[in-house]
Amino acid sequence: MNQMNPEGYTTADGRKIGPVLMEMKNITLRFGGVKAITDISFDIREGEIRAIIGPNGAGKSSMLNVISGFYVPQEGEVWFKGYKRGPMKPYQVARLGIARTFQNIALFDGMSVLDNIMTGRLTLMNSGLMAQAMWWGTAEKEETAHREKVEKIIDFLEIQAIRKTPVGRLPYGLKKRVELARALAAEPKLLLLDEPMAGMNVEEKEDMCRFILDVNDEFGTTIALIEHDMGVVMDLSDRVVVMDYGKKIGDGTPDEVRNNPDVINAYLGVSHD
Amino acid sequence: MFYREAGDFKTSYADDSQTFPIRFDRLRYYAVIAVAFGIVPFVINDYWANAVFVPFLIYAIAALGLNILTGYCGQVSLGTGGFMAVGAYACYKLMTAFPEVSILIHVLLAGGVTAVVGVLFGLPSLRIKGFYLAVATLAAQFFLVWLFNKVPWFYNYSASGQISAPERTILGQAVTGANTTASAKYLFCLIILFALAWLARNLTRGTVGRKWMAIRDMDIAAEIIGVNPLTTKLSAFAISSFYIGVAGALFFAVYLGAAEVGEAFGIQKSFLILFMIIIGGLGSIFGSFAGAAFMVLLPVLLKNVLVGQLGWATDLAAHVELMIVGALIVIFLIAEPHGMAQLWRLAKEKLRLWPFPH
Ligand SMILES: Nc1ncnc2c1ncn2[C@@H]1O[C@H](COP(=O)(O)OP(=O)(O)OP(=O)(O)O)[C@@H](O)[C@H]1O
Ligand SMILES: [Mg+2]
Repeated sequence: MNQMNPEGYTTADGRKIGPVLMEMKNITLRFGGVKAITDISFDIREGEIRAIIGPNGAGKSSMLNVISGFYVPQEGEVWFKGYKRGPMKPYQVARLGIARTFQNIALFDGMSVLDNIMTGRLTLMNSGLMAQAMWWGTAEKEETAHREKVEKIIDFLEIQAIRKTPVGRLPYGLKKRVELARALAAEPKLLLLDEPMAGMNVEEKEDMCRFILDVNDEFGTTIALIEHDMGVVMDLSDRVVVMDYGKKIGDGTPDEVRNNPDVINAYLGVSHD
Repeated sequence: MFYREAGDFKTSYADDSQTFPIRFDRLRYYAVIAVAFGIVPFVINDYWANAVFVPFLIYAIAALGLNILTGYCGQVSLGTGGFMAVGAYACYKLMTAFPEVSILIHVLLAGGVTAVVGVLFGLPSLRIKGFYLAVATLAAQFFLVWLFNKVPWFYNYSASGQISAPERTILGQAVTGANTTASAKYLFCLIILFALAWLARNLTRGTVGRKWMAIRDMDIAAEIIGVNPLTTKLSAFAISSFYIGVAGALFFAVYLGAAEVGEAFGIQKSFLILFMIIIGGLGSIFGSFAGAAFMVLLPVLLKNVLVGQLGWATDLAAHVELMIVGALIVIFLIAEPHGMAQLWRLAKEKLRLWPFPH
């Protein structure tokens, strides 16, 4: 079938999906005696929206943490852009062009929305300490140039009105949006979203879905997301990985996964929100 | 109507990120600068210089330094006194070893030496946080004081164990030593403070500042946006220590003239500077000034009112001072961690649309 084509494929709605961007090979991750991930392999293709689903405690967040360098798997290899990635710290992973959001929002509460989003561009800003201490000239110019980019993202996510608000004062749904804005500010190649819609009301979920699709469409950003809401997953994603108890029990298009007996079993009687 | 932010629209992003976006604030700032440089030097006398202005200027430098480390980067330090001592002794050794070099260079070099020492003592911050880091810096404080007491080389083997600043001049004006005029002391410290405050403002409004604040607010999220915790924390230690070292050098060479390490740079000094930034406002340049002013003025004020006017005993006034400071620390820590700077901001927000608050 066409999803196995190494050059890429075209989706039903006509989007072009490229070759493999990131590949996880036989990843095993243990915490002491607990196996959070057991021998999982899957790939993420350029331009794709890839979902990871599974019941609570299945190991989904752990998988994103492996990708972003917080956890080092005991076994397995991580390949990115055709190269095997050595052990890397999260800040080094960020510099490769991988950005993310967290399941429990991780914003900088003491800073304004604008400053939070500006931090997303740190990897792209390179004026030295001396230039910044002097400010006039290089640093000021750089600040203005990046501010323009950030304002575009602010417009894109429709958060103009809260620009100068300290993040700590925002309601939950907006915080999630600001966190997405910060990740987008880095102009990532690969964007990881850990439950971007958890705890949102229907309207907020719809907005978030629209943003995710637009990001993918307009910037061509590859997206891997974890989500519990099956409706959302079916609507958004091109391909889905299903995890249960740290193992991969399904992988394919939403339709394939939905009809997979193992997946149906895992979800029957298992509570998930 | 004092504040017009509404109606004061910015037409460029550079305008929007300037230090005083509101015109009224900018004018007041220029007025303060004009008075500080144009009027005070001509009217200042020894009493005002020694009791208020010179200590204020020097403590403001130290408070800026500690605020960079603690207020902006979130790394607690109780070693400020010890780092000031490093600056003081470095300056003393340089002054006596190279008498022909300008004192200004020596003060800056003393800051540089302190920056290196600060980085060394900052290394544990990569592993430990909060309370444990505070204890580690406390250890640095005691170690440094002990070192300057124990090793006679640092005080040039003087019999008293003290260091004392020889006379040094800038443009023919003595700025250290017994013949220094009040206005020379004041101007020398003022110029250095002005330059350092400007640099601190620049550093904190751009990339470096955001990296520091990211580490302060949530180090995990900081890493995910590409902040290297090692270099970021150490840069905060280095720059903070530079400021504190310069303050120590000035405190010894310009203000005290002669110093004994335990007395001038003991643990009380660490707490004093820490109180300044808590009361003035963590993570605020203005707060560093406000806190330094408050902690310098309070004892002077209490002494004049309680002892001078009401005839209280001196030690009683000192107790009252401790109680006021203690109460304020508790109040600010619980109710307003951003200190006087935040109260000032809130007051301005109220005034901004006065008389029609929305
Ligand atoms: N740092 C850690 N130390 C020990 N165990 C951990 C750690 N992180 C995750 N685990 C364990 O690994 C397993 C998988 O957790 P993970 O958070 O990846 O699940 P998840 O699929 O994201 O679940 P949820 O849907 O609830 O977010 C769980 O059993 C969890 O307790
Ligand atoms: Mg999770």
